[in-house]
Amino acid sequence: MAKTVLEFEKPIIELEKKIAEMKKYSESLDLGEEITTLEEKVNQLRKSVYEGLTRWQKVQLARHPDRPYTLDYINMMTTDFIELHGDRSFRDDKAVVGGLAFLDSEPVMIIGQQKGRDTKSNVYRNFGMMNPEGYRKALRLMKLAAKFKRPVITLIDTPGAFPGLEAEERGQAEAIARNLFEMSHLPTPIVIVIIGEGASGGALGLGVGDRVLMMENTWYSVISPESCSSILWRSWSFKEQAAEALKLTAPDLLAQGIIDRIIPEPLGGAHRNPPQAAEILKGILLEEISKLKKLKTEKLIEKRIDKFSKMGEYEE
Amino acid sequence: MAWFRRSKASISTDAQRKDIPDGMWTKCDGCGEIIHKKQLEQQFYTCIKCNYHFRIGSKEYLQFLLDEGSFKEMDRKMKSKDPLNFKDSKSYKERIKDSIRKTELFDAVRTGSGKINGQDVVVGVMDFSFIGGSMGAVVGEKVARAIDKARKDKSPIIIVSSSGGARMMEAAYSLMQLAKTSSKLAQLSDEGVPFISILTDPTTGGVTASFAMLGDLNIAEPGALIGFAGPRVIRQTIGKDLPPGFQRSEFQLDHGFVDVVVHRKEMKETVSKILKLIWKS
Ligand SMILES: [Zn+2]
Repeated sequence: MAKTVLEFEKPIIELEKKIAEMKKYSESLDLGEEITTLEEKVNQLRKSVYEGLTRWQKVQLARHPDRPYTLDYINMMTTDFIELHGDRSFRDDKAVVGGLAFLDSEPVMIIGQQKGRDTKSNVYRNFGMMNPEGYRKALRLMKLAAKFKRPVITLIDTPGAFPGLEAEERGQAEAIARNLFEMSHLPTPIVIVIIGEGASGGALGLGVGDRVLMMENTWYSVISPESCSSILWRSWSFKEQAAEALKLTAPDLLAQGIIDRIIPEPLGGAHRNPPQAAEILKGILLEEISKLKKLKTEKLIEKRIDKFSKMGEYEE
Repeated sequence: MAWFRRSKASISTDAQRKDIPDGMWTKCDGCGEIIHKKQLEQQFYTCIKCNYHFRIGSKEYLQFLLDEGSFKEMDRKMKSKDPLNFKDSKSYKERIKDSIRKTELFDAVRTGSGKINGQDVVVGVMDFSFIGGSMGAVVGEKVARAIDKARKDKSPIIIVSSSGGARMMEAAYSLMQLAKTSSKLAQLSDEGVPFISILTDPTTGGVTASFAMLGDLNIAEPGALIGFAGPRVIRQTIGKDLPPGFQRSEFQLDHGFVDVVVHRKEMKETVSKILKLIWKS
């Protein structure tokens, strides 16, 4: 059961609690009929709430603190995961984790930003905001994967690259640019999944691949709605409007031709049933990887570059 | 100069842009010196006293980077479509219209081919005066096509950047231009054709985090602000003032992200020399 409850989740969670309570007493009292009625009611409520979510509400779902994070998916989807650390140059960035693992019988390199769940772990993980050495660690692991012909999976969940003084000293821009450059011609299949927040260059720095997938309740854009509001509206209070204007949800990005596929989540979001969310994701990843493995490397890279080359609309 | 006289209908020699000082006299932002327009032009829009490099547009830059009359522009009229129908306090369509009227440009980069001391090159020069030099689909596509041309013609490509980053009003489309331009550069690199990146004031955000940092050589003009996050955002993050010279060209050189800092008046000869050193002729 969810520990954090968003405003629009409240009526659903309350009804669910009531049903659970009634079930406890249903052995001594005959409440079968009432329970059925309530269950129908909660189902209808779920449908109407989740189908009518605004873009801003979806942003909130994407940031839900009970949502599975990268390591949760790795633990639920893979076996024999061995985490690999460091960029071999400066240090190990804890905002990003990566390593080798089996996805069923498929050996893969899996990399993703990692958020924390409380103050202490968030400080340790820097809220999932990577420093340059994080991008360089990720690139090192991707090259390792390519060397041994293992597919790469990246899981994206970040409020952005870290905008700190030392990050600039160590070349945040160069680190991200280098990843875009190298990922675009990395000689192995790459599948990208937005599992939470995909904010700007900090997300894209792990985001160039053959297939780009978005989980149903996630967002991906050039800027967060809050920062967009502060810059374009000169106030922090237009985040709802900014979210609408940015058209940043999974269906939006599918329509824009920027992502290839939406991964369905359990009703109410991945946090309502993490094992089920992981099971769905795993199935789709295996399917995508097996298709990509059939392509010759040259063709794979050519198609990858073509795919990104086509993005964007203009008039001539 | 011949190359813009030919297309006088859209670019007139006396068009005044916001970043070009108005009137005959102008005050240097670096030292306060009052400089005459003619003298400023002669000095490549830099201050004779303190070396301050004024922000200039593609028209001015191309005049002294390329051999006279050699520039042939590509995709000049490519324009934004406003695919998201974006509106904040003002509609994006209005912003585009106003910028086109004010700058007499269609977007924030001008691309084409030309010669540097007789050497064929492909070139792109950004215009900060057009919505802060921001990169949306038009800038991304024009840069990508210029890189394609360099690859097909086996001509070195030189891109002069000045940009506030990705254009918010095209949202995810803008973000994807980082991937588009970088992947085109990877293709170019795989074929051994050189790319020289020239970073001018300011080059930040998504442009720095894509093509501007990916030069085989990165050259910066003196004193240019170059970085990923803007100084205001960093100040907010760390909660204190930034050290003097932070994110300037000389800082980037010291930290290993630009190869060389070159005064604007020596830019053409430096590029020419580099091309002779690394490229057959
Ligand atoms: Zn001066």
